[in-house]
Amino acid sequence: MNDTADRPVAPNLTRMADEYAAASAQIKQRVILCAGTGCVANGAIEVHEAFVEAIATAGLNVATELRSESTADVRLSKSGCQGFCQMGPLVTVEPQGLLYVKVTPADVEEIVEVTLRDGKTVERLLYEEQRNGRRCHGPADIPFYRQQARTVLRLCGYIDPEDIREYIAEGGYESARRAYVDMTPEEICGDVLRSGLRGRGGGGFPTGRKWELTRVQPGDKKYVICNGDEGDPGAFMDRSVMEGNPHAVIEGLLITARAVGADEAYVYVRAEYPLAVQRIRKAVADAEAAGIVGEHVFGTELGLTCHVMEGAGAFVCGEETALIASIEGKRGMPKPKPPFPAESGLLGKPTVINNVETLACVPLVLAMGADQFRTLGTAGSPGTKTFALTGHVVNTGLIEVPFGATLRDIVYNIGGGVTDDSGAITDEGFKAVQIGGPSGGCLTEEQLDLPLDFDSLRSVGAMVGSGGLVVMNRQTCMVSVARFFMQFTQNESCGKCLLCREGTKQMLALLDDIIEGNADAGTLELLAKLGNAVQKGSLCGLGKTAPNPVLSMLRQFQGEYEDHVFHKRCPAGECKALLMPEIDPDLCKGCTACARKCPVDAIIGDVRKPHTIDVEKCIKCGACAEVCKFNAVTGV
Amino acid sequence: MATVEYVTIDGRDVPLEGEKNLLELTRKAGIDIPTFCYHSELSVYGACRLCLVDIEGQGITSSCSTVPAPGMVVRTRTEEIREIRKIAVELLLANHDQRCPVCPKNGACQLQDLSRKLGIEEVRFKPTQQVAPVDRTSPSLVRDPNKCVLCGDCVRACAEIQGIGAIDFVGRGADSAVKPAFGKDLNKVECVYCGLCASVCPTGALTPKSAVNDAWEAIQDPDKTVLVQIAPAVRVALGEHFGLPAGTPATGQAVAALRAMGVDQIYDTSFAADLTVLEEANEFLKRFQKGEKIPQFTSCCPGWVKFAEQYFPELLPNLSTCRSPQQMLGALAKEILPKTQKATAHDLVVISIMPCTAKKFEAERPEFMTDGVRDVDIVLTTQELARMIEESGLRFRELEPASMDQPFGFKTGAGVIFGVSGGVTEAVLRYAAEAMAGVPLGSVEFKAVRGEAGLREATISIADQTLRLAVVHGLEQAKRVAEQVRNGDSRWDLIEVMACPGGCVGGAGQPVAHDPVVRKLRTKGLYDADRVLDFHKAQDNHMVNACYDEHLGEIGGDKAHHLLHTCYMSRKRIAGRGMDLLDAEQDTKVEVNVCLGTSCILRGSQHLLSELGEAIEERGLQDDVELKATFCMERCSRGPNVCIGGTVIEKCTFTEANDLLSAKLAGLKDAPLPASAPSGSPRSADPARACL
Repeated sequence: MNDTADRPVAPNLTRMADEYAAASAQIKQRVILCAGTGCVANGAIEVHEAFVEAIATAGLNVATELRSESTADVRLSKSGCQGFCQMGPLVTVEPQGLLYVKVTPADVEEIVEVTLRDGKTVERLLYEEQRNGRRCHGPADIPFYRQQARTVLRLCGYIDPEDIREYIAEGGYESARRAYVDMTPEEICGDVLRSGLRGRGGGGFPTGRKWELTRVQPGDKKYVICNGDEGDPGAFMDRSVMEGNPHAVIEGLLITARAVGADEAYVYVRAEYPLAVQRIRKAVADAEAAGIVGEHVFGTELGLTCHVMEGAGAFVCGEETALIASIEGKRGMPKPKPPFPAESGLLGKPTVINNVETLACVPLVLAMGADQFRTLGTAGSPGTKTFALTGHVVNTGLIEVPFGATLRDIVYNIGGGVTDDSGAITDEGFKAVQIGGPSGGCLTEEQLDLPLDFDSLRSVGAMVGSGGLVVMNRQTCMVSVARFFMQFTQNESCGKCLLCREGTKQMLALLDDIIEGNADAGTLELLAKLGNAVQKGSLCGLGKTAPNPVLSMLRQFQGEYEDHVFHKRCPAGECKALLMPEIDPDLCKGCTACARKCPVDAIIGDVRKPHTIDVEKCIKCGACAEVCKFNAVTGV
Repeated sequence: MATVEYVTIDGRDVPLEGEKNLLELTRKAGIDIPTFCYHSELSVYGACRLCLVDIEGQGITSSCSTVPAPGMVVRTRTEEIREIRKIAVELLLANHDQRCPVCPKNGACQLQDLSRKLGIEEVRFKPTQQVAPVDRTSPSLVRDPNKCVLCGDCVRACAEIQGIGAIDFVGRGADSAVKPAFGKDLNKVECVYCGLCASVCPTGALTPKSAVNDAWEAIQDPDKTVLVQIAPAVRVALGEHFGLPAGTPATGQAVAALRAMGVDQIYDTSFAADLTVLEEANEFLKRFQKGEKIPQFTSCCPGWVKFAEQYFPELLPNLSTCRSPQQMLGALAKEILPKTQKATAHDLVVISIMPCTAKKFEAERPEFMTDGVRDVDIVLTTQELARMIEESGLRFRELEPASMDQPFGFKTGAGVIFGVSGGVTEAVLRYAAEAMAGVPLGSVEFKAVRGEAGLREATISIADQTLRLAVVHGLEQAKRVAEQVRNGDSRWDLIEVMACPGGCVGGAGQPVAHDPVVRKLRTKGLYDADRVLDFHKAQDNHMVNACYDEHLGEIGGDKAHHLLHTCYMSRKRIAGRGMDLLDAEQDTKVEVNVCLGTSCILRGSQHLLSELGEAIEERGLQDDVELKATFCMERCSRGPNVCIGGTVIEKCTFTEANDLLSAKLAGLKDAPLPASAPSGSPRSADPARACL
């Protein structure tokens, strides 16, 4: 019906890539500054300014934007998260492939002088392995990176996220082009199904099947939604992808739309991620300007309108039916399924909702081919998974490993080992890993060699979740950890369904009883029963998974819970109400320092004679233990 | 040939017959699965988690939201489900005001009932309730948040059936609550007092407001003469409270009970309904012949009247001016009885027994007051009467039926069927058809207007003329019909509206019943009552005719008009004029209204207003332009709204306003919208509606 002459010319990706390569080849050196959230918090913006100034002072020509006529000596660009957040601000220098860590503005002049002008290395800014003091030159050298399989994150932390040309130069949008120009929706769904790609948002539902269910729905109007409402405490994988490589998400969305026959897409981004919102918005606008998104995708008759929408701050809006309600302008509350969004989603139309990381995988699946993709990961869970590695571990940050990697790999090789409360490596310190955030569970020493994938984790009562991975040392109280997650889900319950609304509240109250020393045998039994009821009976995924941390820890650390309940003792010494401060009469010299320090006069004793603590008066503040020079105060 | 397909429920094969969900199917199989939030007439909500069942291969899931599939194997009472249900109820009780003996819902509460059925003997969880104030501001309802289980039935009933949304969820998680907008009192929002929320509420969170104490006080005051009128729908529901099957007429027992309680005179609201038929049919025929104010809407439902006043003020002329039967009887009694009974209007206390909570509001309306005395002093619901009978210690079922008093105790079937949806229309037809045809009716039953659909239409031909009728129940349905009328798409002459599903038999003042079958039985009860009466047409009520002869004069005459008719008021939120800011001297001025309602202010209307003011002064246009601040053009989501010379600009910018103002000043009467306004968008609309 449309005259093809009116149709905009299809964007020529190859030419765009070539032009970009030619322009960038003119500049020999490139400084890539990580502008991920962690590095920015550590001062990366100041470092960037210092670079601009120092390069100019050094008489070098700096380009912060790549133009075809650029003749600068150095190109300075900002990237998304490079992953090694703990060591930020991170500065990568190409072509040497150097990675400088913990760079401050004061270091910049030296980098410019030594590296950019003289081509040498500033040794002191290189990463130093904590165990042996070895200096590592670049990612290929650093254990944290070496053990990873950065696939989805490959470009994240390298390319300039605000420059669509660089993404295209790296082969970006080629998968989407093929999807629109060379492939049929059936073929795309088939490829993705064969690749075994599973949803990275937590549930692990096969993406290809989800698409196929939507594709076969009758009707012209269908929607695709990118779920960027990442909300697990401590998780920032989706944020990093949206900030570091937004075009990968848009490309994934395009392919999804083509696969299911949708002509309208929403990217639903958490409002608390302003930079991600801005980057995604720019990516959409740039893709529109390039003729990739819009009325004629890649010059075809197929169109895709792409909206960016900010969430309204509710964790539950990460649940797909609640997310749809939120886009529709309604209260963000989940609805019973069925009907599934594939049948009746946004505005009652068939809708696919995929998580950010899943969508970022999609172009790779098409580029690599299903078979090649399956060579990564395990048979049941092909591909890689990003995790936010935090807690008592030497190296924290954003990591990506193939499914099937063991916890040992992650904690000891990538993470560099467990630390104690003072931050020093302890070989005996590992207690557990909490995986999957408020929906997940705990893995203990016994599971250190368990290959991590969707199914193995589920079999031990945990889940991949969206990918939070918190390492805990022996000084961690598992009741308190459970309480932390319970508090989170209780706060984030939308209030619609009874079991979640009231159940999480009461679970929290029961945990408080345990922590406060008010629990008895019935408490543990009731907690387990209530947990089961909330898990089995809640309306949506939030409620159904909210008891997971507690139930998993109750199973794995039964003894620790029983200590709290029956012996009113917290083995980790974290639960204040259970502390039993005592003065060891053999160690006490009767110096009276503690008695003088005690704010409630609970310590009695004569000079040079062992003191005692009046437990009735004691408020367990620990001041006595701090002041005692003889380590005579125990149990605090 | 279709083969029967089955679902196995607790080991029994249950045939599938198009049930919407497993819950319905299970009920059909004779198993009552508990639920708070499932109502067949409302959308599926899935929040109470009580209707959980175990489906083989799927696990535990809510039956209300599961579509039955052939071959499903369902278990409704496994040990695990039992435990989860108990936990669910205990969780509710832990966050519930447990002073059940002093709760108005005591004995009819589903939570109480469920707790008993599940054998809950202790609540294992800590009490978590934070006491919230009880809202008693409404004339009709009491809202006690401390009893709310957040099932959302009230919210959906108000929004989906009544199309209002006077209450909704606010807050999240444990702070969730059901409240009127901005936490206001119920009498400050757009509640029409129909009480549908209370009739679906499983607990005592929303209940009809009791006037029992007032009633006892009046009855026991020796200086007062107490008259009671009983509405038609009451008689087929009152018995339910005492164990009689729904629909069993219990008029005689009710009269006997009231007399035993000390009431002086007992009348039938159906008498006044007969009167209403004559007045309303007469009014209709006049309008119909003249072709004026057609369609005519009925006006006997106070919920609908308030709804129309709130949302369709432009249709108020189309409402019949007839008072409702309750108010007609009240007015007549206070007018006539003092003449014959040596009692002053002040000494007469009129108590009406109604199936309806909105009637309490209606009786309070200032139009229904004469010299500061209400025509109807006290309104009791069926529930309240039942409680008074219980309190009196009377054994209801053993009472010897007694007769009503005269003159207002005699009725025809026309007045009786007022209690069902379609009844007013049918009663009016029995008069109008005879009047139009000039010969007595053969059959008095107009079955075309009977039934259960939310909108029923019928066309009836009489003596070369065609009457086009619509019968509507549920205000959401009424809204759709009224919108068509407002838009000029009316295809009807007479439209009956009842707020409650099924009409008055389904009123919120009736004994609590969650089974829709009850409503059907009550309906049948009233149609049966019509059939067994001697007269079926209002015009055959000789007591009514005598009343005209002796007191009222002609039907629709002055006296009748004074006593039996009323007027309505627009309740548009903001109906007044705006505030004059710049008052032009000339007559040919252009009026500029800038909305300063909350939404528009948030969207910058205040700034826009000052910009416009400055521009007008700068351009020296003070004498040509009248600039006003108005409040709310009711298109809040599209603010800031500005109306210039009758044209509304939504999402108005200063440039747009200024351009349009210039165009209007240039004398272009129908100045086009500024170019920046997208064509085809509903940005300008009928100024009469939008501009205040």
